[in-house]
This record gives sequence, structure tokens and C-alpha cells, in this order.
Amino acid sequence: MRRYRGRVRVMPRAGLLDPQGHAVEQALGALGFTGVGRVRVGRTLEIALEADSEQEVRERLREMCERLVANPVTEDFTIDAVEAGP
Amino acid sequence: MKIAVVRFPGSNCDADAYHAARAAGADVTYVWHRSTDLEGADVVVLPGGFSYGDYLRPGAIARFSPVMRAVAEHARSGGPVLGICNGFQILCEAQLLPGTLARNFGLSFVCRPVTVRVESDATPFTARYRVGQELRLPVAHGDGRYVADDATLDRLERGGRVVFRYAGDNPNGAMRDIAGIASEERNVVGMMPHPERAVETLLGSTDGAAVFALAGVAAGV
Repeated sequence: MRRYRGRVRVMPRAGLLDPQGHAVEQALGALGFTGVGRVRVGRTLEIALEADSEQEVRERLREMCERLVANPVTEDFTIDAVEAGP
Repeated sequence: MKIAVVRFPGSNCDADAYHAARAAGADVTYVWHRSTDLEGADVVVLPGGFSYGDYLRPGAIARFSPVMRAVAEHARSGGPVLGICNGFQILCEAQLLPGTLARNFGLSFVCRPVTVRVESDATPFTARYRVGQELRLPVAHGDGRYVADDATLDRLERGGRVVFRYAGDNPNGAMRDIAGIASEERNVVGMMPHPERAVETLLGSTDGAAVFALAGVAAGV
């Protein structure tokens, strides 16, 4: 068993209303940032876990996302990185 | 007739639900979320609040509480289950009801009386209302915008499973003005408005009282 650290990103599904993203977009405009397009707000989780291989880590992260971390009705997830380490 | 009001860490409408059920003449008991059985209750109420601080998503952690296994079993065997507000969010996360409750359209927490129309009287909790009846009930939520894909929404509509709809004033941007839905068998109902806060004239409305008038339920009426 080795120690790994995985990073998963959960984003509101494209096409679905994201009121948080919209509010940030408006606020950036109000602050004078020009040329700002669509803003979407999601979340990133860092998950430390022990496993035998990077492939196993990815499989387990995917299962975690499907069962708990992301809402299958409104969110999509991406496994952004898997690193060995404490 | 016995009603179990489930308490999660962060529930805050449990006492109101208890009061409403008691006022309707039921034998009521609190069941802690760590419990693995429902103490022989005929009806289960998941009350409003902020279980687990709404961490991750409202209801996402509570659905894994030990009691939810018993609630799912009760629902599968046809037992009535009512989820109010956070209880509705938990039922969706537990996939006992389809769809989800997303952040309100305007981002603000809405806390005010709204008018909801009864769309179905074919559930244990709306049998004492008539279809088309308008009720004055308070809402109090930050994540109450009902969202589901079009196929699910069409299935709900066709099956007569939209139980409550906002009439005129949609406080959260819910798709198709949906305020409450039922499971396929109609024994599980989730709703964002708070009927338990509208059971006394003193509170401004008694329109919610009949939700808890479940005397015939245990006998299968």
C-alpha cells in the first residue's frame, strides 16, 4: 500500500443555471474587470488515501464522486490529479 | 397511529413537526438518526433544518445516517414518508425521490409565506385537501429550487406526482413551479413549504394542519 493524494473537481453541469457563478460574474463587472465572460463556481476536494496503484486510486475516487461527492442530477466531476505522497 | 419524527444533528423543525402531529391527534415519537429502527411507527416525518450543517450539499451526509436504511425499507414497503424542506432534500439525496434541490435562483435565503396549489390529493398527506385548493404556507430555505431533467419532469407530470406547485410567486426558481412531489407509489412525499408552521391561527395560517391528519393511514384508508 502506498499513500496518495487525489484532487477532484466538481462543477455545475453545463447548461444548468449557476446562480453563484452569475453573482460572481456581476461582481467582477461591478469592480471594473472588463471582458469577463461566463463564470461558474464549483468545488475542489483533496482526498488522501492509501492504495496499491494510481489506477486503483482513480477507480476509488470515481466511486466516491458517484456515490457522495457529486450530485449526479446537477454536477459533473473530473479527477484532476493523483500524486504519490503523504 | 404513530408518527416518528427523525432528528438529525442540525434538524430544527423537529419540535414543530412533533407539535403538528400531536395536535392532529397522533401518537408521536422522536427517533434519533443513529437509530436503526423506527420504533414501530406507521408514518415517518423527516423535518426541516440544516442536517450536518448542509456540508457538501443539503442532505448529502444525512442520507447515510443509520436511520435512513430503515426509512428506505419503510418506504419500499409502502409506508408513508414525508420530507419537509431539509427532509425533502434528504429524500432526493437518498434517491427515494427524483431530482434535487439546488441553490435558490436569487441566491438569497427566502423566508416568507407563499401560496401553493394542491396538485394531487392522491397521497396520504394531501388526501384531506382538494385538487386546486390554494394553501398559505411559509417557506424558509436557501436551496429550494427543484431541478430535474426534462424526462423526469415529464414523468412526474404524467404520473400525477407533482403534489404542490407555487401559485403566482415562485420563491426559488423551481422548475415548473414545483413545490412538492411524490414517489411513484405516492407514499413518499417531499415538499419545500412548511405545513408544520401553519397549524395554529396564532401563526397566521392553519392551512398545513390537514397534512398531519393521518388517522386513517395505519388502517390503509
